[in-house]
Amino acid sequence: MRFLFKTDYEDDIKLFPHSGYVVTYGVLLALLLIAPHVLSSYLMSQLVFVCIYAIVGVALLILTGFTGQASLGHAAFLAIGAYTAAYLQKYNVPFPVYFLAAGLLTGIIGAMVGFPALRLTGIYLVIATISFALIVEEILARWESVTNGNEGMRVKTLSLLGVAVPRDSPTFYYLCLAVLVLTIVGTLNLLRSPTGRAFVAIRDSETAARSMGVNVALYKVKSFAISAAITGLAGVLFAHKLSFISPEMFTLQLSIEFIIVILIGGTFSLHGAVLGAIFIVMIDPFLTYLKDDMPGIIAGIAAAFGASSATVGNIQSNVAAFASLNGLKGAIYGIIIVLFVLFEPLGLYGRWLKIKLFFQLFPLYKRATFKRQKIYVKSERNR
Amino acid sequence: MSYFRAENLSLHFGGLKAVDAVSFAVEKGETLSIIGPNGAGKSSIFNLISRIYRPTSGRIFFEDQDITEQPPYDIAKLGIARTFQNIELFENATVLSNLLVGRHRHSTTRLWQELLFLPSVRANEKVHRRRVEQVIEFLDLEPYRDKLISGLPYGVRKVIELARALCSEPKLILLDEPSSGLNVEETDDMSFWIRDMKSELGVTVLMVEHDMSLVNRVSDRVIALNYGRVLAMGSPAEVQQHPDVVAAYLGA
Repeated sequence: MRFLFKTDYEDDIKLFPHSGYVVTYGVLLALLLIAPHVLSSYLMSQLVFVCIYAIVGVALLILTGFTGQASLGHAAFLAIGAYTAAYLQKYNVPFPVYFLAAGLLTGIIGAMVGFPALRLTGIYLVIATISFALIVEEILARWESVTNGNEGMRVKTLSLLGVAVPRDSPTFYYLCLAVLVLTIVGTLNLLRSPTGRAFVAIRDSETAARSMGVNVALYKVKSFAISAAITGLAGVLFAHKLSFISPEMFTLQLSIEFIIVILIGGTFSLHGAVLGAIFIVMIDPFLTYLKDDMPGIIAGIAAAFGASSATVGNIQSNVAAFASLNGLKGAIYGIIIVLFVLFEPLGLYGRWLKIKLFFQLFPLYKRATFKRQKIYVKSERNR
Repeated sequence: MSYFRAENLSLHFGGLKAVDAVSFAVEKGETLSIIGPNGAGKSSIFNLISRIYRPTSGRIFFEDQDITEQPPYDIAKLGIARTFQNIELFENATVLSNLLVGRHRHSTTRLWQELLFLPSVRANEKVHRRRVEQVIEFLDLEPYRDKLISGLPYGVRKVIELARALCSEPKLILLDEPSSGLNVEETDDMSFWIRDMKSELGVTVLMVEHDMSLVNRVSDRVIALNYGRVLAMGSPAEVQQHPDVVAAYLGA
């Protein structure tokens, strides 16, 4: 086990506590950089989606994980970013300009959502953000002069400094990766400065934050704005990746997927956003695989137990019918959330920390190390 | 003019007069204790000063400035820090980051500077940390520096709350029952710290406290409250012998 001896204030501030981190992240970055030369084009495409989901995950972590304001409206912020890009593209606005404009516009709208949200907490805030997402969805469908309504909009190939960057090119992947890395570094910077600490303070006790001089309303709005702006940037990349956007892509289900990203990854660290993004992007092909192959497998098992061929055929068609039920995916997502909240509240990153500590302390690891403790009950809380 | 002054301060919840026309003044550099039975309105006065409640009537002055209408976060910016009766720490953060939140009123950097972590932000962070480190040393909190609050015992949390308030370099500190839940030894430590705060850091202390031995050791003056009204005001000995105070505690 490694003990860190801090001899300088810098030791508390720096991003990598010791040289081991530099090596690990260096290797990871190198692997990510050579990925396009190694992985198949399908996996590369998945990796781009991991980047985009991870950017949204980081944005949602700022708002939900660190400021404690739940949101089920992030699909709407993504949509605003995507549509801003598609709309400005029609007027031949260059990429860097509409990329930043999308972030700015989404940030402003995020701040506007933040204001009414000041008086709402918990489940009421969730309802407010859902309503916001529904409103945006409706506007996208109806405001045909701008959004082309339900017919959707075609997004032209990205052109960066006059060079075309097709959506399946390595350059596009590098662009997404760069935005992700910059987002993460920016967020880490924020978290180690007064603003980030004010966010955490608001999450844990608004009263105490206020009495320490934190303007709670201002910082909540800031958190909403930053989170929305980053999501808007991700929206631009999302639009380019899909090359076609329409209102039914930005539904409540997408917002729930974003919540799953941080719940499953872990809400207390930025690692969670990336791990959760990998999970959510990879679970889709996995479910498709199950849907296609499960009927055959189960029928095979039934046949092995000596079922007649008529029964086997019956079972196969029944399982296939079940697997293609509408809304089954949503139900599976729901079950995943419930199971994680019950049995792995710290998420995948929490599990990784537990495994790491297990080996560091072997054989002295105690399961209670990560148990949430309640030493006393607060008898009175001023909100 | 007094350093801090409350004039005819009242807080009514419907027909209930939690605080009823209370006036008092705190001189610079003194320790003033507010005592009284449960429900006398002691914590309510604190919550009025730190603007968690809005007074029904009356005014509050600090350094000759009317602060009755200031928003709560500005109270801290003026140099009034407080602790809470039922500890309000940031549970899922380390002791260090809790204390750094105490430095919030001194942070001058802007959002975009922080996103880039410019050298100015880094320099500011170092100043904050140096101050925090001084407070950690003052209150002997070194062993807990990097621990999460959620794993710490009650007595330590109480000290951390005091530390967080001190980190804001307050001119006036409001201590809401600093010794509640502490054992005799910890209460002793608390009394030394309160006296040191006054003598070494020059902080003016306004304190709500039940433990009379602590009150006697640290206070210059005492105010006794009951049913939201001032019963007696004066030196600790005078107030304890005041017939109304004796009646309030023991029953007439």
